[in-house]
Amino acid sequence: MWMGLSYVCWGISVVLALWMLYDWFKVDTTYSEDVLTSSREGELEAVSEKHRI
Amino acid sequence: MTAAVDTGQTTTIHGDRVSLLRVLGPAHVWALGVGIVLVGEFTGWNFSADKGGALAALIVCWIVGLLYTSVAMIDSEVTSTVAAAGGQYAQAKHIVGPLMAFNVALFLVFAYTMLEVSDAILLGDTIVAKAGVEGLTHNSFIAATIVVLAWLNYRGVLMTLNVNFVITAIAYVSIVILFFSVSPWTQGAVLKLNELVTPGNALPYGWIGVIAAFQFGIWYYLGIEGTTQAAEEVRSPARSLPYGTMAGMITLLIAAAMTWYVCASLMPWEYLGITYYPLWDAGKLTGSPLLENLLFIATLLAALASANGCINDAARAWFSLGRDRYLPSWFSAVHPKYRTPYRSILFLLPIALAFAFIADLNQAITFSILSGVLQYTFMSINIMMFRRKWPLGTIRRGYTHPFHPLPAIVLFCLCMVTFFAIFLGFGSQLIAMTVFYFLISLWFHFYRYKFVRRGDQFSMPWPKPQGY
Repeated sequence: MWMGLSYVCWGISVVLALWMLYDWFKVDTTYSEDVLTSSREGELEAVSEKHRI
Repeated sequence: MTAAVDTGQTTTIHGDRVSLLRVLGPAHVWALGVGIVLVGEFTGWNFSADKGGALAALIVCWIVGLLYTSVAMIDSEVTSTVAAAGGQYAQAKHIVGPLMAFNVALFLVFAYTMLEVSDAILLGDTIVAKAGVEGLTHNSFIAATIVVLAWLNYRGVLMTLNVNFVITAIAYVSIVILFFSVSPWTQGAVLKLNELVTPGNALPYGWIGVIAAFQFGIWYYLGIEGTTQAAEEVRSPARSLPYGTMAGMITLLIAAAMTWYVCASLMPWEYLGITYYPLWDAGKLTGSPLLENLLFIATLLAALASANGCINDAARAWFSLGRDRYLPSWFSAVHPKYRTPYRSILFLLPIALAFAFIADLNQAITFSILSGVLQYTFMSINIMMFRRKWPLGTIRRGYTHPFHPLPAIVLFCLCMVTFFAIFLGFGSQLIAMTVFYFLISLWFHFYRYKFVRRGDQFSMPWPKPQGY
C-alpha cells in the first residue's frame, strides 16, 4: 500500500507541475507584460486613507 | 484585458491593473500564523531538552514566548499602518531604507523557504517511519507536499488559507485532546513529571544549557510574524492583522505549555531531546491506538499547514521585491484570474524541491532559525525608528502596542541571547550566513539599486517624518 501511495504521489506531483507550467504559458501569452505586472503597493491606502487624526 | 470592478470587496483592478485579491479576514490571518508555527510543537522545540534538559525547555518556552509576544505586538502596530504585501519588507523600506528592506526580504524568503523544506522533509520522514517498509523513501512525499501546496497557492489565497484554517484547527485540537486524555490533573496515573524531572536532572548542564536551549526554543513560535504577509489581501488590515496575530500568539502559548507538560511527563529528557516526533511518541506512550493515530495524522497536518503558509509568505516577499524592482520586475506578475503572485510561486518551487532533496533537516532548520532571528533583531530597531519618526498622533494606527520601548528592548536582548545560543551550536552556519548577507548587500548597493525607481517605492501617504 505504501509503495502504491508513493507512486501516486509522484503522479500527482508531475500532473500538477505540468498543469502549472501550461497555465503559466497560457497566461503569459494571453496578457501583456504591462497588465500582468501592473500591481502597485499601497494603492488602496492612497485612496482610502486621509490621515486626519 | 478589459477593466473590471469587483463590487463589495476592496479588490483592486483600477483600469487595466491587476492586484492581489482582498478577501481574507482575521480567521485567515490566524490560520496563516498558527499554521506556520504549530509544526514546531510536533517537532523542533524538544531539541531544546537535549541542549539543557526538560526544565530548560520549559524556561525557554516562557522566555521565548516573551520574545514572540514582543514580536507580535510590534508587528501588529507597524503592519496595521504599513498594509502591504511583503510585510516586514515594506515596513523596512518605509521606515529604515532600501538596503535594510532588501535584506529583510531575503531574511523572509530564506526563513520561509527553509521552513517549508523542513516541513516537507518532516512529513516524508513521518510517513516512512509509520510505514516501516524497506525501500520506501521520503522523496515522493516531499515532492507531493511541495508541488500540491504550490498548486493550491497558485490557484488562490482564499482557498489556500481556508484549507490552512481547517488543518491547523484539527492539529491544534489533537494537542488539546491528548492533554485531557492523560488526566493532567492527576500525577502518577499516566503522567510522571515528578519522577522524570527531578532536582537532580532538571538542568543537567546548568544555566549555560538554558542559554543553549534558546536555539530550539524558537520553534515553539517560529513564524507567527508571517501573518503580516497577508496585509495586502485582508479586507481590513488595521483590524484583522492585530486580531489574527495576537489571537494566534495566545493560541500558541497555550499549545506550547500543554505540549511541554505532556511530553516532559511521559519521556525522560534524554529521549525527548533527540526524538523527531515528541507528540506522536507521547500518543504512543499513552497506550491508546486512537491517540497514537490521531497524533500521527496531526503531525502530518501540522507539517502541511506550515509548508502551505510558508509558500504563501515566501512568494509574497519575493513578489514585493520584484514590484519595487529590487529584483527583475518579471517577478511582480499577478495572475489575472487567480490574483496570486504566480511567477514568484513557480520560481521558488524548484528551489524548495532542490533543498528538500539535498539538505538534511538540521541544516534546513538552522538556516530558517537564523534568518528568523535576524529579522526579529531588525524589528526591535524598526519599531524604535517608527515611533521616533512618526510619533503617536501623527499617523493613523490600527493598533498601538503598550509599554513602548520595553517590548523592543526585551526583543533585542533576547535576540542577542539567541544569536549566542546559535553560535554555540552552529557557529560556522551563522558566520556563513552573515557573509552571504554582507556580499548580497554589496551587490544590491553597487549594482541592483540603479534599476529601482526611487520615487515609486515609497507608497504610504504619510506626512514627512519628524526631523526631515
